[in-house]
Formats: sequence, C-alpha cells, structure tokens
Amino acid sequence: MQPGAASWSFDEEDLAAITQTVLRFLAETGAHSSLIVDRSGQLVTTVGQPLAFDPTVFATLTAADFSANDQLARLIGETDFTTLFHQGEKESMYVADVARRLILVVLFDTRTPIGLVRLKLKPVVEELTAHLDRAFTRARESGTTQPNILAGAGDEIDELFNW
Amino acid sequence: MSMINYAAREINCKIVYYGPGLGGKTTNLEHIYGKVKPDTRGKLISLATETERTLFFDFLPVDLGTIRGFNTRFHLYTVPGQVYYNASRKLILKNVDGIVFVADSQLERMEANLESMQNLYDNMAEYGYDLTRMPFVIQYNKRDLPNAAPIGELQAALNPGWEPAEPAKARVIPDPYHSGENLVDQLPSGEWVERVSYFEGVAIRGDGVFDTLKSVSKLVLKALA
Repeated sequence: MQPGAASWSFDEEDLAAITQTVLRFLAETGAHSSLIVDRSGQLVTTVGQPLAFDPTVFATLTAADFSANDQLARLIGETDFTTLFHQGEKESMYVADVARRLILVVLFDTRTPIGLVRLKLKPVVEELTAHLDRAFTRARESGTTQPNILAGAGDEIDELFNW
Repeated sequence: MSMINYAAREINCKIVYYGPGLGGKTTNLEHIYGKVKPDTRGKLISLATETERTLFFDFLPVDLGTIRGFNTRFHLYTVPGQVYYNASRKLILKNVDGIVFVADSQLERMEANLESMQNLYDNMAEYGYDLTRMPFVIQYNKRDLPNAAPIGELQAALNPGWEPAEPAKARVIPDPYHSGENLVDQLPSGEWVERVSYFEGVAIRGDGVFDTLKSVSKLVLKALA
C-alpha cells in the first residue's frame, strides 16, 4: 500500500469485491448498513439496508471525526486510533481504518452485540486491505488503473463552466 | 485528492475556502447553497460555535455538471479563520484539490490577510503540497466597503507572483478575467512572474462568488486532464 497518491480510482471489480466482503460481514454480525468512505471524506459506496440520511454528509463528517481523533491520538502519544465507537440509545456506529486509505463505517442497533462487531471486524479489515492492495498493485503494474477519462478534455471543461 | 469512482461514474474533488476570520468564507458557501438548484447540491453543514463562528468546517457538496458521462461533484469546505483553530484548519486541507483564498479587503484587515496566507503556505508545505503548483485563486471580498484597500495594494501584498511553474510558461499570459492584466508577466528586471487569478467579491450580495467557484473548479478539472 502506498498512501499519498495524488488521486486514485475505483473500478467495478474493486467495488464488487469490497461490497461482497462487507455484505458477508453484515450478515455475520446482523449490523444493518455500512458505508465505505475515503480518508478525504468522499463516499465510495454504501452496503446493506438503504440509509435514511444523506450519505455524502455522513461521509464527510466521518472523515473529519476520524482525522480529529487521529490528532487526539498523537497528542497522547499514539500514532492513530484505528477504530472508533459511538454508542447511542438505539443506534450505534463502529468506525474502522482500512489501510489508512478508507474508512469502514458499520451501523447497527441494539440487536447486534458490540463484541461481535469487534470480533468480526479484524478479518474484514484485512480482507478489505487485500482488495485495496490488489487495486494498487494493478495500478502500479499497468501504470494507471484506468485510462484518464479527462485526457484532452480541455475544451469540454471550458464548455462545462460556460454558464 | 480527487477520487474517480468508475462504478458510480463520478469525479469527486475537494475545494477549500481559506482566509482570515470573518472574511466571508461561510458567506460564499451560503450564497452557492441558496442559488444552485436543490437537486444539484446536498445539505450545507456547519460545525459552528453558538455565535456562528466556524468551529471545524462548513461543507457543501455541489454537482457542476457531467463530463464524458461522469458527474463532477465538488466538495466545498471552509476552514475556521480564527488563528486559534489551526489544528482544525490543517485537517481540512488534507487531500485538497483546489484552494480559494477569501481575503478581507478592509485596510485594517491587511495584517490578518497576510498572516492567514502565510499560514496557508505553511500548512500546505507540512503536507508536502506546493501552493504555487496547484489550483488556487484569490477572492478579494467586501469590495463594497468604504475602507476597502485598492486592488493593486492587495495584489502586491497577497498575490505578488512567483517564478513560473514551467519554463514554457515564461511568456506573457493574459488574465482572462481582467483585460489589460497578465497572469504571467515579465518584470522590468527581466524576471518572469506568475500570479493566480483573482476576483473582486461582495459575497453577501453574491458578487464574484460564482466566478470564483467556476474558476477554481475549472483549474481542478484541468489539473486532472
């Protein structure tokens, strides 16, 4: 894993593998939904039951929450906190770092024991890391993950802002 | 850090509005929120204090249209302007794709503008980003106020220019937004300097807000192309 690339991309295959892993995790734990967010706050995908809130906003706040906690960790002499847990009366969320690239958010209610989420989380994070590693290895080997869709799009970009 | 999601056919980019406290960063976002069609924007989120000073950030996602079948989604953030909040400010800059510096034109805010600009350079440098090599524009806000400094003075202080990014750029490049002015120009000493685009704004009325947004967004997409 090489963190800090200028930009990165997902293709259908990456997303399908990630979704598959998260779906299995949801089934094993009984958690109802999950979001995958990148560290800069952009939503990658949602898995599980449809969400009743705006996932874009949720993604941004999650990344900010995670970044703020990273800084808190440093202040107390830790490198980072790899997981965060927010407990509510009915709904709770567990947030985990994936290879310092992505954030996995798990939403669950009182029917799911937190211990189970914690237990099943580690292998899931490892599997997600492996998916990401594959995507990056492929990117390194081929030079790029996808053809640059904006290559030579100068005029089209000008046109886009012609309002 | 832009993210291209081929599965969702989306290009996601992050733009940060930076500048001194009470300069109008949040006002820029509020105006955009009020003017764009509701189906092309998300909620405006403000993490603010009780007195409406930005504590962590404001956030507004906007879609600016489709290019080659991909939806261009811009995530607009503001930072807290007060000096005290540098830790939060730095966090927001992480993985940024484009910067808008919202300067307060009032003469008595010149010092605060300079301090904030220096802070922006420093924070970017700590992440290993070079501000002079990335999509960056300046908005001189509050142009309607009687104590607004002349544009020339603000430009000299906040946008004095630097050596062009590439030698090929060492030629006169006119400023597309101000006729008779140049973005890249040769000084009497023979040195070439490159400046960023600037816009005059009265954010509270919306003047200059969309020109600023369009300009930085275009630079961000062109950097990807």
